[in-house]
Amino acid sequence: MAATDLPASNSVVSLSPVAFNPIKEAARQLEVCNSCRYCEGYCAVFPALERRRVFTPGDVDYLANLCHDCRACLYACMFAPPHQFAVNLPKALAEVRRETYARYAVPTAAAHALRASGWLLALIAAIAGALLAAGVIATGDPSRIVTVHEGPGAFYQVVPYLLMFAPALAVSVVGFVVLIAGGVRFWHATRGSFRDLLQPGRVIRGTADALGLRYLTGGGAGGCNYPDDQPSRSRYVFHMLVFYGFLAAIVSTTSAFIQQDLLGWLPPYPIASVPVVFGSLGGVAMLVGTIGLLYLKRRSDRTPADPVQIEMDYVLLWQLALVNFTGLLLLALRDSAAMGPILIAHLAIVFTFFLTMPYSKFAHFIYRYAALVQNRLESRS
Amino acid sequence: MFGNTWNGIIRSVSTVDASNQPYDVIVVGGGNAALVAAISARHHAERVLVLERAPEWIRGGNSRHTRDIRASHDGCGIYTDGIYPEAELLDDLVRVGGGRDNLDLAKLVVRESRTLFPWMTDHGVRWQQPLQGTLNLNRTNLFFLGGGKALMNTYYQTAQRMGVEVRYDACVSDLLLAENRTEGVIAEIGGQTVTLRSRAVVVASGGFEANIGWLKEYWGEAADNFVIRGTPYNDGRVLRSLLDAGAQPVGDPQGFHAVAVDGRAPQFDGGIVTRLDSVPFGIALNQQGERFYDEGEDFWPKRYAIWGGMIARQPGQIAYSIFDARMLDRFMTSLYRPFQADTIPGLATALGLDPERVLATVQTYNAHAGLESAFDPAVLDGCATTDLTPPKSHWAMPILEPPFYGYPLRPGITFTYRGLAVDELTRVQMVNGRPMENLYAAGEIMAGNVLSSGYLAGFGLTLGTVFGRIAGTEAAKHGRD
Repeated sequence: MAATDLPASNSVVSLSPVAFNPIKEAARQLEVCNSCRYCEGYCAVFPALERRRVFTPGDVDYLANLCHDCRACLYACMFAPPHQFAVNLPKALAEVRRETYARYAVPTAAAHALRASGWLLALIAAIAGALLAAGVIATGDPSRIVTVHEGPGAFYQVVPYLLMFAPALAVSVVGFVVLIAGGVRFWHATRGSFRDLLQPGRVIRGTADALGLRYLTGGGAGGCNYPDDQPSRSRYVFHMLVFYGFLAAIVSTTSAFIQQDLLGWLPPYPIASVPVVFGSLGGVAMLVGTIGLLYLKRRSDRTPADPVQIEMDYVLLWQLALVNFTGLLLLALRDSAAMGPILIAHLAIVFTFFLTMPYSKFAHFIYRYAALVQNRLESRS
Repeated sequence: MFGNTWNGIIRSVSTVDASNQPYDVIVVGGGNAALVAAISARHHAERVLVLERAPEWIRGGNSRHTRDIRASHDGCGIYTDGIYPEAELLDDLVRVGGGRDNLDLAKLVVRESRTLFPWMTDHGVRWQQPLQGTLNLNRTNLFFLGGGKALMNTYYQTAQRMGVEVRYDACVSDLLLAENRTEGVIAEIGGQTVTLRSRAVVVASGGFEANIGWLKEYWGEAADNFVIRGTPYNDGRVLRSLLDAGAQPVGDPQGFHAVAVDGRAPQFDGGIVTRLDSVPFGIALNQQGERFYDEGEDFWPKRYAIWGGMIARQPGQIAYSIFDARMLDRFMTSLYRPFQADTIPGLATALGLDPERVLATVQTYNAHAGLESAFDPAVLDGCATTDLTPPKSHWAMPILEPPFYGYPLRPGITFTYRGLAVDELTRVQMVNGRPMENLYAAGEIMAGNVLSSGYLAGFGLTLGTVFGRIAGTEAAKHGRD
């Protein structure tokens, strides 16, 4: 009797890739990994999968979002395609991850509609810009769009206060509420208990893992295998720039809000003020980071990648790049006649960013953060 | 010396032929020993060529399935506990049967092993904590990050950065031999047969375990039922051609290292994920439904390597590991799920065995099983069978609680011992008693000089790295002179 003549097991793991069902396919691959474990030193995903013998859909969602796509495991895998076991864990988890961005988003339908394409978002931005311009024209002399304005309140001489803040504030508040709702749904499905969060030490360590992008360092490998099979720190550095640039932008916006609405100082603010320093540093950091990530992504190996996710990645990176480019341009040209049109374009792009935020790749941070905290809780470390 | 940029595959053979410039060193093979030899050679010679039989995606021979390496050390600072003196490594080696044929070579390996970890680190290798469940190795062995394929990726990247030329899908069919010298190799590359001249040649092309026809010379039709755990490219072509040309053989021709693997494993390259650790937690039956060996003789890491050979000698080269619901979570998962049934006859039927015979065997075993309260998988417990042949010396729990589980087991061949005799400079020895002047061997193809039966975890890479380093250095010196 040859090896292949054995009767099929009544509960055998299928060895051929499971088509069209990302969760089942990822679970199949995770079982192969669990029988091998050579990748244990790369990241948290492998110790986490070793804590399980079978993989529920919730487990798969959790592990998919714990994966930071450093890709080290693919290049180290002796069972990677074209091997018949066809293990390509970064890709399998990326496909699940992309699904989770829609499945846990509130409402799911919005996620499907809004992540569709960059062109749709460009259209939304164009419409937002047109509406804003129409609003400006309807509230006064249209020529003020292309006039030089100086001194406190200059921006509001072009776009009225309410028109500038109300739409963006509304979509960003809704956006963050929707993001948090997604995180809650994700936690419920992958962990269940919210009482577990009453372990501050582990939550803090999970937060530190997130803030330090710990798993974009490839374990002891000295970096991700990105964009190619050689370990490199470049992605870590660029992602750090985007991440902390974004936080700096939030500091800038919050301090501007305090100065204007609590202290009554009207913008534009001087170069040496908190909003301008944080805003411009954050803007430069994000611009450099997004351009760096765009450059790496163009050169990146497609083998471990989910093609749909790549499109979503590009859309977010372009959005962030444009937000910051127009923001910095506004700073540079705020004393010229170009300020008005740039301001309108910037506001339209910012509005679109916040509108699509809970459904774009941007949402990844909430699920990854939840997974990192969950990892600290279940590993008791 | 590292200034050359690597031209890789683009530097075609025709260029080589046209200039007719011989290489300094040609390395036949693409696993650990081959790459270590090529890197070592490149430290002393300009033109070094690696001929890897396999396509790029499956390069690296059986080294791609490894995960750790054993070496004597005085404490590494990271990832190992304590020290591992030379005398202890030599003891460990001799205890498993090493050094029987050539104690001097065994001592040489042990001595040279002391510099392995730093040498590897210097050539780009990264390390990690011992993997879970390998606590027994955490003093003697160092685990490289990501396992053997990552190790080979590192070596290929290092070699190419240093200017070593690498050709994939390059099958060496013969060596050019004249008297006690080699002039180079004949290889098939991309459908063309080419002659590549070289001042020295290192053969590091592994054993012949993937050559079923060759295995049949010793095992007959049984070899059709063997699972080959590693690369399908180890057909021993170069080994055979050198033996035919009068090289001195070492190692038992029938000898191989084999473990119990899942019977559903693919014939080649199933690797680590098809091995099964369930045997000590139940009983093992042959095709007739009979037990045939003490399943609890010792801890599994000390016994798994004899089970492959034992199953190879059972009818049909198959066995079945059977256990009950209480044992399912006590060993590491493997690729395939077990067969499962609520009754013993049901399980036997699912496995294709005679239900009555299996039931009788299980009932007899249960009647003589050990004391359940004594069961402790962490130690050599007192849970042994009484008045049973063969006995089960430890962990002999009765098989009582459904569902019952079973795995089919096949012999999984890791490597063969038959190889080429070498001297202390790794020069290939001929039956006429003379060494080849400029032909060297390293790795599995000559491991039988040191270890012709038995095995020490992580020692295959020790042999490959030590002898690869010697072979590459000596070959380069020869090529330069």
